[in-house]
Amino acid sequence: MAEYLIKNGFVFDPVLGIKGDKADIAIKDGKIVETSAIKDPKVIDATGKTVMAGGVDIHAHVAGPKVNVGRNFRPEDKLFGYKAKSGIERMQGGFSVPTTIRTGYNYARMGYTTVMEAAMPPLYARHTHEEIRDTPIIDQGAYPVFGNNWFVLEYLKNHEIENTAAYIAWLLRATKGYAVKVVNPGGTEAWAWGLNCENVHDPVPYFDITPAQIVKGLIEANEYLGLPHSMHMHANNLGNPGNYTTTLDTFRLSEGIKPNSKFGRDQVMHHTHVQFHSYGGDSWANVDSRTKEIMDYVNSHENITIDMGQVTLDETTTMTADGPFEHHLTELNHLKWANTDVELETGSGVVPYVYSPNIKVCAIQWAIGLELALLAKDSMRVYLTTDHPNAGPFIRYPRIMKWLMSREAREQQFDAFKHRDKVIDATNLAGIDRELDLYEIAQMTRAGPAKSLGLAHMYGGLAPGLEADVAVFDFNPNEPYAPDDIENAFSSVRYLFKTGVQVINDHEIVSNGNKRTLWVNAKVNENPQVMRDVKEKFLRYYTVSLNNYEVSGHYLPNPYVIEVDATG
Amino acid sequence: MTKTVPDVICPFCGTLCDDLEVVVSDDGKEILEVYNACAIGAEKFLHSQAKDRITRPRMRQEDESWKEISYDEAIEYTAQMLAEAKKPLMYGWSSTNCEAQAVGSELGELVGAVMDNTATVCHGTSLIAVQDIGIPSCTLGEVKNRADRILFWGCNPAHAHPRHMSRYSLFPRGFFTGKGHTGRKMIVIDPRPTDTARVADIHLQVEQGRDYELLSALRMAFRGEQLPDVVAGIPKEQINAAAETLKSGRFAIIFFGMGVTQSLGKNHNIDIAIAVTRDLNEYTKAAIMPMRGHYNVTGSGQVWGWQFGFPFAVDLSRGFARYNPGETTSNDLLRRDEVDAVFVLGSDPGAHFPFSSVKKIYNLPSVVIDPHETPTTEVCKVHVPVAFVGVEVGGCAYRMDNVPIETRKVVEPPEGMMTDEEFLKRVLTRVREIKGV
Repeated sequence: MAEYLIKNGFVFDPVLGIKGDKADIAIKDGKIVETSAIKDPKVIDATGKTVMAGGVDIHAHVAGPKVNVGRNFRPEDKLFGYKAKSGIERMQGGFSVPTTIRTGYNYARMGYTTVMEAAMPPLYARHTHEEIRDTPIIDQGAYPVFGNNWFVLEYLKNHEIENTAAYIAWLLRATKGYAVKVVNPGGTEAWAWGLNCENVHDPVPYFDITPAQIVKGLIEANEYLGLPHSMHMHANNLGNPGNYTTTLDTFRLSEGIKPNSKFGRDQVMHHTHVQFHSYGGDSWANVDSRTKEIMDYVNSHENITIDMGQVTLDETTTMTADGPFEHHLTELNHLKWANTDVELETGSGVVPYVYSPNIKVCAIQWAIGLELALLAKDSMRVYLTTDHPNAGPFIRYPRIMKWLMSREAREQQFDAFKHRDKVIDATNLAGIDRELDLYEIAQMTRAGPAKSLGLAHMYGGLAPGLEADVAVFDFNPNEPYAPDDIENAFSSVRYLFKTGVQVINDHEIVSNGNKRTLWVNAKVNENPQVMRDVKEKFLRYYTVSLNNYEVSGHYLPNPYVIEVDATG
Repeated sequence: MTKTVPDVICPFCGTLCDDLEVVVSDDGKEILEVYNACAIGAEKFLHSQAKDRITRPRMRQEDESWKEISYDEAIEYTAQMLAEAKKPLMYGWSSTNCEAQAVGSELGELVGAVMDNTATVCHGTSLIAVQDIGIPSCTLGEVKNRADRILFWGCNPAHAHPRHMSRYSLFPRGFFTGKGHTGRKMIVIDPRPTDTARVADIHLQVEQGRDYELLSALRMAFRGEQLPDVVAGIPKEQINAAAETLKSGRFAIIFFGMGVTQSLGKNHNIDIAIAVTRDLNEYTKAAIMPMRGHYNVTGSGQVWGWQFGFPFAVDLSRGFARYNPGETTSNDLLRRDEVDAVFVLGSDPGAHFPFSSVKKIYNLPSVVIDPHETPTTEVCKVHVPVAFVGVEVGGCAYRMDNVPIETRKVVEPPEGMMTDEEFLKRVLTRVREIKGV
């Protein structure tokens, strides 16, 4: 492989602790190496530019059946969102639900190199992997959903942690999944009858278990296994006024549990898109921000990480395994609604949504998301996301960086709101002066998510030994800049390397890279009971046979398997 | 001795049964028995054994006779045809695997083709309706485990999806449906007294072409509104009774077929059928599902969804994907003389397209990729036989509920026979050489 030396850039790297000092980054054999280790490198002149590791997105909906429902039922999303075939680039389409090819290219253009699909229905794992295969450049993994899974509900009713862990290990292997995802625990199972679980103590119909038991049990099973990533949480009561109490109740379920993982993470729960879970009030008329309560808790508990779920004020497409929430949304906005309940496992819904700056609630949501990041004491534990595409498309990440780094940009947005004063009264953002710097942005988009995922040994930094995922941006932090300069620079990377291969040169895509699919193979003690239960449920209740359920290797042309040994 | 291959997937219809057992000869070359399949599915496997099967490509001669050619010659003809065409139609894709569909998409992109699948004469109208209103649906296992109200509208699964009722819809005992069919009520809405209607609790013999009116009447009945004495030939008492049956269930499922997708009203029928389902969700849990015909027409819509953003009728001729049924659909393009070459794979437009469209295909440069002899092979210039997907080569297929299942290879194809995917890859490579990219 070629050697590269990226010279004279301003480096922002929390792993190395570099806060904008000039440094040279050397690449060899797909890895970052000491500059002394390269002999005859191609030199990339990064003078006056910002250098960071490739971005890591811990939570996005970019591959799988509900994303494809979004694509196929929204032809209008392609109307102004296409790009013709050109050179090495294939055809691209879509704005909020981009095609797989556009997804890979758009992430790369922002300097992102690793993206995790946040909710994979296990029965549809093959579909998710086919889409991941067709997404160029970026490494990807997918989180199978567990929180409404009949095996999990039955084992955790009696708190059978070892059985739950054995089942998790089996399902991760069968689906080639990366982590344990929990969505509206119990509530999506209830949705198969048109019902829901609206708080952590609401019993799940027919299963004699509560969301609290599901969540606590899955955290413990995850730590029993020592998986790279913690349990990844989407709590009950998403999107409802007054839901912050449910969120705090959910956080408390992780109290006292320490991480048991060799992968370097400190958290036992990652709670996603917390913006949607931080509302006070009791109706949309008086909804307000409760980020102070939420962040007081997060800041004082090191075993939790969160991501933002920032509203970007776009027309977008919501999609989630939280089936009852999506039905609620279609009743709210009367736009088209797709729903799929998945046997024994989960459900999902898809509804288009317009986050208009003229609607007070949308503006409040916008402010809440930013507050989460600005109130964080440790930017290594709060991550930048839009819950793509739910709160907005991922192509808006650079705009979110602008809002976080510039009080002026936030004030401009406030002034554009129709209900400006009411929004200011209902939120805390106008009173927050803090402006994040690029080091903190690198924590929230690189080192932090990589650590939370248990991938700090590969991604998120520029230390020797890490994957050579390097992004060079046309942004000089030492020169005066306007807020829009931030968004412009971080929307279009000047140079990008993925595993040591140059994929973008002078803003142009020059290679489709050699993307990998990440999955976790957890080894557990033999568990005859779980295997018997699996066989029986496939025979009696699934409509596919057990032997046709497992995703075979050819769906992952370039797998990266992370081995975990939980035997003993 | 023989050996039995278990858990085989049936590559016939959208039911995509995956519990077949195929007995093959010891040398792995001959299929001897097929168990657990319906009669059509069993024949799908057994007739791949036909001794008179065509195993090499052939080209039509000036005197209308066939001349056998090599695969290399077929690849060359196909690549030249596609590379030279300004707007080729690449149609079908429903009876092949997703792997071939993905390569075909890349080929279509390279030559600026219009890609269309059999949805254009089948459930394309359903896809259009879903784009208007969405679709509350579920997997077939939710039907098995929960549904106690089964409605078949404009379809006849007893004939077209023979194991659907026994595997998924009417007869199975699921987790919450332990009584099987005695715990369910089945409604059939069809102008014909079909074999499916014979096992129904309620058969509403709707007048032909009046499905929209009956669907609308059901929505009124759900809300307790006054109905005319008779709607679409059904007395209001029966409509009200059917509405009450649906509302009183705990999980209702509507399966619909080409009786509503391709009769008068087309996508508007499906639009209002989905609205019926949405309305039912105010009273109970309800879902709706199209009875897709080909075993992987669903898959082709999925592959194009993630690659181009649209499920059928995808026009790539301008270098980016465009979609406009009525403009970019196969029959409209053919009849307006807008395409200058035709490539068919995994379907039979010769049998299913209007005759006026078939005549257009006959007059154009054309290639058909199909293991069978069909009406389409009779009007095309080159016929390329390939291995049977689901019998002689595996690959991904999507069930009518969009669940992906990987089909199994059970026997070797005839010696030297190419698969769809191999043929397409060779054509793609050759087109790249011709175009110099």
